Amino acid sequence: MMFKLMLFFAGVPSSALMNVRLKAYLPVIFICLMCLAPAARAENIYQTSDDFVNESFAGKPPEAEVLWLQDDLKKQLEDILDHGYEGKRVRYWKQGQRSVWVLEEIGKTKPITTGIVINNKKIEVIKVLVFRESRGWEIKYPFFTEQFTKAGLTHEHKLDRTIDGISGATLSVRALTKLARIALLLDQQLKHS
Amino acid sequence: MLLSRTLISAAITTTLAAPVAYAETTVGGYGEFHYNNLEQTATSGAKSDKKMLDFHRFVLEFGHDFNDHIRFFSEVELEHAFVKNGSGADSTPGEVELEQAYVEMDIDDNSSFKAGVFLIPVGMLNETHEPPAFYGVERNLVEKEIIPATWWEGGVMYSGHLDNGVSYDLALHSGLNASDGNIRDGRSKVAEAAGEALAYTARVKYTGISGLEIAATVQLQDDLSQGTAAEAIGATLIESHVAYATGPFKASAMYAQWDLDAGAPDNKEEQSGMLVEASYKVTEKFGVFVRQSDWSIVVNEDKSQTVAGFNYWPHEDVVFKFDYQTEDHDNATESKGFNLGVGYQF
Repeated sequence: MMFKLMLFFAGVPSSALMNVRLKAYLPVIFICLMCLAPAARAENIYQTSDDFVNESFAGKPPEAEVLWLQDDLKKQLEDILDHGYEGKRVRYWKQGQRSVWVLEEIGKTKPITTGIVINNKKIEVIKVLVFRESRGWEIKYPFFTEQFTKAGLTHEHKLDRTIDGISGATLSVRALTKLARIALLLDQQLKHS
Repeated sequence: MLLSRTLISAAITTTLAAPVAYAETTVGGYGEFHYNNLEQTATSGAKSDKKMLDFHRFVLEFGHDFNDHIRFFSEVELEHAFVKNGSGADSTPGEVELEQAYVEMDIDDNSSFKAGVFLIPVGMLNETHEPPAFYGVERNLVEKEIIPATWWEGGVMYSGHLDNGVSYDLALHSGLNASDGNIRDGRSKVAEAAGEALAYTARVKYTGISGLEIAATVQLQDDLSQGTAAEAIGATLIESHVAYATGPFKASAMYAQWDLDAGAPDNKEEQSGMLVEASYKVTEKFGVFVRQSDWSIVVNEDKSQTVAGFNYWPHEDVVFKFDYQTEDHDNATESKGFNLGVGYQF
């Protein structure tokens, strides 16, 4: 297949390519790919939550704290998520004006685990820690996540800037944007020293 | 998906590091209901109306994770609401289709391999066509008539991506059965599809800048006659598109062309089409668009369509649509009128 496509890009007329019978290569391609597959590793864990928290506090993270969700806050979370939310509390780490959150939301069918650092009510870092979807992988790269840097929250609980999406990855983009808004909203509930 | 969403909602409160449990089996779906109200004018000047209600697509998706790197995904579609065996006036337009059913295995963080029935990596809509994701009640006609979307085949595909936003797909799959040059009708839909002649698809896509997508696909068909013609009828499809969205604005353009070798009907040796579309989201829930499509399947029979309208999303997964269209076919009918639609995904 590759050979045939290389010939095409090299300018060989398609009529000539059609005479190249490649069906014989089919079993070989199958076997090669099947041999590669067992090398597969676990889901795409780019960084563990522990490592993210440690990194965020230069290796000296504070003790984790818990934010209990009162009814009005829970309602605000649900408004952002656009679906119900069953949780009662959220764990976080706080030091000075900074807070760190590890949150998850469904993209298409699977959760995207995301680490978010808030500094003085603005997003300092947003990083995809675990990505389990087959599509929408672009959201894990800085060329996408850098758009969130220094984003804040409006009174309507929207980001104060537009996040440009990715074609074919609408649901993943949507999930990450929601998590950014939630982290900012939760941070507003904390009393920073 | 609903099941997993519930589980994951609870997971927001979970502790660090511990792996989060999520549903191994997921259910999703989408659908769209349309009303078409078109006035058609034949070359003779005779007018007729096309007023139709149609639950165009009802789709259920089932997926299952066997472990963290081997998964199954499927999509079953009921088109046009009702299927009945029969012929002529006794028949219905309905079809039950297995559009996707494949096992996918991750090879490493950035590449995977799938085998089974999958959507061909081509065009803007073929792989992503949930109604809330696109403008217009009906899908654009260039992708429908030229590519032809929705297009699925059976075979194997290797997909990968690089850290700079470049991704690629290489597929070896069942071929079309279209010695008469009718590409769309040549889809065997993997229903005891002839396997005498295969097809090869390669796509390169760049999405390394937020909002931007540039992609090109090449496909080679060994023999559109599937071995029934004295000499193989090869064919080549090239397709490329660019889409850019920034803030509320989005613009896209696409070109697709088939070249059929000798042996195909002379007047169908080249089939091509292009479209341009611009849209603007006035609010988060309301957007307007305009689209121009031009295509030709038969020599000297050019077709064009202009569509303008709006989408209204009362929920991010639910959309109501309205558009007004004019369509002009050389040497054939003209039509104009409006379409209404409601669509959803979950």
